[in-house]
Amino acid sequence: MLRRNRVSATAAAPRLHGLRHRRFSVLLTLFAAVAVAVVLSVTIGSKSVPIADAWSALTAPTGSENDIIIRSLRVPRTVLGVLAGIALGVAGALMQGHTRNPLADPGLLGVTQGAAFAMVASIILLGASSLLVYIWFGLAGALVASVAVFALGMVGGRGGPTPVTLALAGTAVSAFLYALTSAIVLWDEQAMDVFRFWQAGSIAARGADVVWQVLPFILVGLVLAATNAPGLNALSLGEDVARGLGQNITMTRTVGVASVTLLTGAAVAACGSLSFVGLIVPHLARPLSGTDHRWLLPYSGLIGAALLLLADVIGRVVAPPGELEVGVVLALIGAPFFVAMVRRRKPVRL
Amino acid sequence: MTVFGRSHAISETAVLPLRVGGALSWRIRLRGVAVSVLGLGLLALLMAMNMRIGEIEMTLAEVVAGTFDQASAAHFVIMELRLPRALTGALVGAALALSGAIIQSIARNPLASPEILGVTTGASVTVVAGVVFSGSVYGGTSGLLSTLGIPALALLGGLVGATVVYGLAWRRGLDGYRLVLVGIGVAAVFTNVKFWLLTVGDVNDTGRAMVWITGSLNGRGWEHVVPTALALAVLVPVTLLGTRSLDALRFSDDTVVSLGVRTNLARALLILAAVLLAAVATASAGPIAFVALASPQIALRLVRSGRPPLLCSAIIGAVLTTGADLIARTAFSPLELPVGIVTAVLGAPYLIHLIWRAQKWAQK
Repeated sequence: MLRRNRVSATAAAPRLHGLRHRRFSVLLTLFAAVAVAVVLSVTIGSKSVPIADAWSALTAPTGSENDIIIRSLRVPRTVLGVLAGIALGVAGALMQGHTRNPLADPGLLGVTQGAAFAMVASIILLGASSLLVYIWFGLAGALVASVAVFALGMVGGRGGPTPVTLALAGTAVSAFLYALTSAIVLWDEQAMDVFRFWQAGSIAARGADVVWQVLPFILVGLVLAATNAPGLNALSLGEDVARGLGQNITMTRTVGVASVTLLTGAAVAACGSLSFVGLIVPHLARPLSGTDHRWLLPYSGLIGAALLLLADVIGRVVAPPGELEVGVVLALIGAPFFVAMVRRRKPVRL
Repeated sequence: MTVFGRSHAISETAVLPLRVGGALSWRIRLRGVAVSVLGLGLLALLMAMNMRIGEIEMTLAEVVAGTFDQASAAHFVIMELRLPRALTGALVGAALALSGAIIQSIARNPLASPEILGVTTGASVTVVAGVVFSGSVYGGTSGLLSTLGIPALALLGGLVGATVVYGLAWRRGLDGYRLVLVGIGVAAVFTNVKFWLLTVGDVNDTGRAMVWITGSLNGRGWEHVVPTALALAVLVPVTLLGTRSLDALRFSDDTVVSLGVRTNLARALLILAAVLLAAVATASAGPIAFVALASPQIALRLVRSGRPPLLCSAIIGAVLTTGADLIARTAFSPLELPVGIVTAVLGAPYLIHLIWRAQKWAQK
């Protein structure tokens, strides 16, 4: 794709125009897909609400049963789904771009396992028992773990850690933390009970307060991601070329890691380990965008949001009267789709 | 995506040719030989300590005496309890590490492990399903478990998982990159089904299933040693014959073909070997975490070769697992940890140390 970009830049202007036109239309299509997913997510559930009622619940609430369902359950759930989907999709694309590894997921920095360990530890050590408390611990654990991974990768390295070092250090730290987490949950039944549901991943039963809790982290993370895109494009030509182009590599890597940490940390603390989104979504977005991160990041975010919401809606209706966790549904529908795509065309390599 | 780090370019260590005759010849790295010999020595030491320690403490002399004196009380403890457990640990560790080394070489990716071949994740799903749905005591008597048994269930799941990945990734040949991507997708399905099964079951069953999916050597007997030993006896020579292809497969497909290697055949056979090794190991002791991923990377950095060395990886895997089992048994005695928890706690810091040192090397 990079090669195609360069050709189009030197070729006739109409082709460049066509490319940009196509990219904007894809972006609009993805926005539309997210909008449809939002409408479905607000209206469909164990009690379906007609669109007109949903609209009046938002604009002119009367306190009816439907209004309460929409305002206190469906809307926070949907907003959280959109936020988490965008965060994880963007973080996944960033992570794969920085490590240049298709196996990299945003949890690779130790974020997911850091969050899990801190939450489980808070249960057994401090007797924490409510979601709002776990989330703070999860967020703190995610931040500490990723700083540790980044520091490990930095030590001895000039110009920031190499992708391999970062990926391996992250895997090692994650495995270490996962082992400690397993030890705790095998010890303590209450911790095990929280952990197994957290692991499955869900956006249900999180109130508006959870949304407000994670929103600032996700917004800052997205801003950092946006500033990171051009630098990441240069880095994908190789570190030496990027340096020759005047890139400050240490800075680019640091901003990237900070962004991934904030986005993933906030998302997994609130929704559990939904690492699948970050892993798969960039592979879905890359054939549409090519390797230009200025387009790959927004595409990944929007696809992540649409996918997460649709999976959540499906999870609400497939197993009445209960619900299937969104993480499970995501894997069950997302993965076959992903495999089919990988088989059908030659994968866009990193 | 050449991703084995900077370390391999650092030094060209001494290499001896070993010619058996005809096309059979290997390049022997002296550094590799040294690491292997030291590794085997360490393994022997760790296994000896494993034999000594337990509910009945013995000196080394008592262990040796008890092994040969069939009438003594120690004989039963050693031959029926401790020796099979120690052997299972070493063999399973070696098999997982060898499997990991093959997969990392083929995928050209240090993050690849038998997990992406669907083996360990497939086995986890069938075993968790078995434990949760039969609702029996671990390895107990009711339902599905009594007829199949956990190892059979694991072997079945592992092979089915690998077949699914293999079948989906095969398309006019086997591309390493496509295999990895398909592997991610399939592993994601299996992992999430496993998570879901864990939320469905009773919390006690979940705990028992967690022990198995972490990997444990508790109560392993000769029935676990024999299959793993057989698999290694057959598959180690096969993979060593494939060394040359494995070396060539590091390059792009066009280069490999022009070097005279039948890429698809070589890749298919090597992956088959990796699948069988991981499946047998998982059936014996559960998917012991991190051994398959870390051992080849540790061996690579100790030997300073271009790709994970096969035999050294296997030896390191055996050392890591045996050492971890020793700690798992003694650290919180009389309580015993699953060995899979300790392998990560032990292996992760060492891997980080090696990465760190390699990076300092690269600076000089």
